[in-house]
Amino acid sequence: MLARADAARIAAALPPPDARPEARRLRGPETGLVMLRGRMGGTGAPFNLGEITVTRCTLRLRDGPVGHATIMGRDADHAELAALADALLQHPDFAAPLGETLIAPLAASQAAARADIAARAAATRVAFFTLQTMRG
Amino acid sequence: MAYVAVKGGERAIDAAHAWREAARRGDPAVPALSTAQIAGQLGRAVERVMAEASLHDPVLAALAIRQAEGDLIEAAFLLRAFRTTLPRFGAALPLETGRMAVRRRVSAIFKDVPGGQILGPTTDYTHRLLDFTLLDDAPPPAAPRASDPVEAMPRVAELLAAEGLLRPEPASEVTPFDLTREALAHPAPRDARLQGLARGDEGFLLGMGYSTQRGYGGSHPFAGEIRMGAVSVELVPDELGFPIDIGEVVLTECQMVNQFHGGKTEPACFTAGYGLAFGQADRRAMAMALLDRAMQAEELGEAVTAPAQNPEFVLAHADNIEATGFVEHLKLPHYVDFQSEAEAVRRLRAAALAKAAE
Repeated sequence: MLARADAARIAAALPPPDARPEARRLRGPETGLVMLRGRMGGTGAPFNLGEITVTRCTLRLRDGPVGHATIMGRDADHAELAALADALLQHPDFAAPLGETLIAPLAASQAAARADIAARAAATRVAFFTLQTMRG
Repeated sequence: MAYVAVKGGERAIDAAHAWREAARRGDPAVPALSTAQIAGQLGRAVERVMAEASLHDPVLAALAIRQAEGDLIEAAFLLRAFRTTLPRFGAALPLETGRMAVRRRVSAIFKDVPGGQILGPTTDYTHRLLDFTLLDDAPPPAAPRASDPVEAMPRVAELLAAEGLLRPEPASEVTPFDLTREALAHPAPRDARLQGLARGDEGFLLGMGYSTQRGYGGSHPFAGEIRMGAVSVELVPDELGFPIDIGEVVLTECQMVNQFHGGKTEPACFTAGYGLAFGQADRRAMAMALLDRAMQAEELGEAVTAPAQNPEFVLAHADNIEATGFVEHLKLPHYVDFQSEAEAVRRLRAAALAKAAE
């Protein structure tokens, strides 16, 4: 959910730096490639389809939790913010409030976006009706 | 095929590049294109470049298209070259297109296919008339929404397989062949063929697929199902050990169903060709599926008579970046090669003329 979110939206929901434990980067943010695979016939043996760029980041909060994020694309800030949010969501002081201010709204807007696309698709569903043949 | 070391020409090259950059920008009185405009409004071009570069990154593909002035093969070349600068972190879990959030799904073989025929944002039913209202930048009409949900979409291939009409796809979790890491040996296995087709030039795939329909290795295809929509990308990071969702890619999948008469050991059934492509790409996915089926000829005991049935021929010529490199290298200096050939021709001519004079 954090990987699919807008970076600015994560940033806006996180507590300000002086109100959260200090985070230390363990790895990244770094950009690399991940190979995407399909399946023959959609269900069979895998084959390599092509790669995507991803950016990943791992960091540790001063008092314990380790946060990890991998996002599609090359936005290092997004990867780091998502890793920070992941760590804070494992922290007893921040998990509950962030669940309310970040995760619940993200879940709602991502579900709404999916539902909107599904509704557009449904509007293009073909309704067949049978034509009467002319042969009595 | 040797080249001569050529010195000089640096100033000419610098001037050529400066002219190129000015020409790329076009009339300075017209606003410059942004990559967001290209990614947002030239989506089919972006998807084609990502497929042929074999790298999904819409922002970089848009940049490559801008840099290449819309030359999509050059853009794919730029993106393919960029990919070599990045480390490989690993592979994602196979994309489960059965769980696709379907935006489009049509079947040409079952009118009342379970889940319905969903046209999606298609151009199939337009009249191919130029739309002059676009010149005035008129806002598009609002796309209607329908409240009846798009339900689960069983695959047409699975419906046929359940009835025994289609050869089943054997499931397996072996690590597939990777063209980017291993040299291709022939006969190429199907995983290598599908990877080669997935990054093949769309025009080449289309022409070769078309050749099978015109009788060069024909296999009587039906478009069993074409579906397009978003599929989750999931991977298992080493440090977590469980799968995480990192986003989604839009894919088009095509299942072609073809006649197969069976053999002594097997009752008659249909066979399938499979196509999968980044973005909304019916043409690419369909051409890929035609070729996937044509290249199964030898495995199915069919006579291999046409170029499309020959994996070595198809895979060696499908990659437009390799092809453009070899064709366009002919522009580079071949002064010494040509001089030696010209000398030989002069010698032969002189000998023949002397002999004729005797």
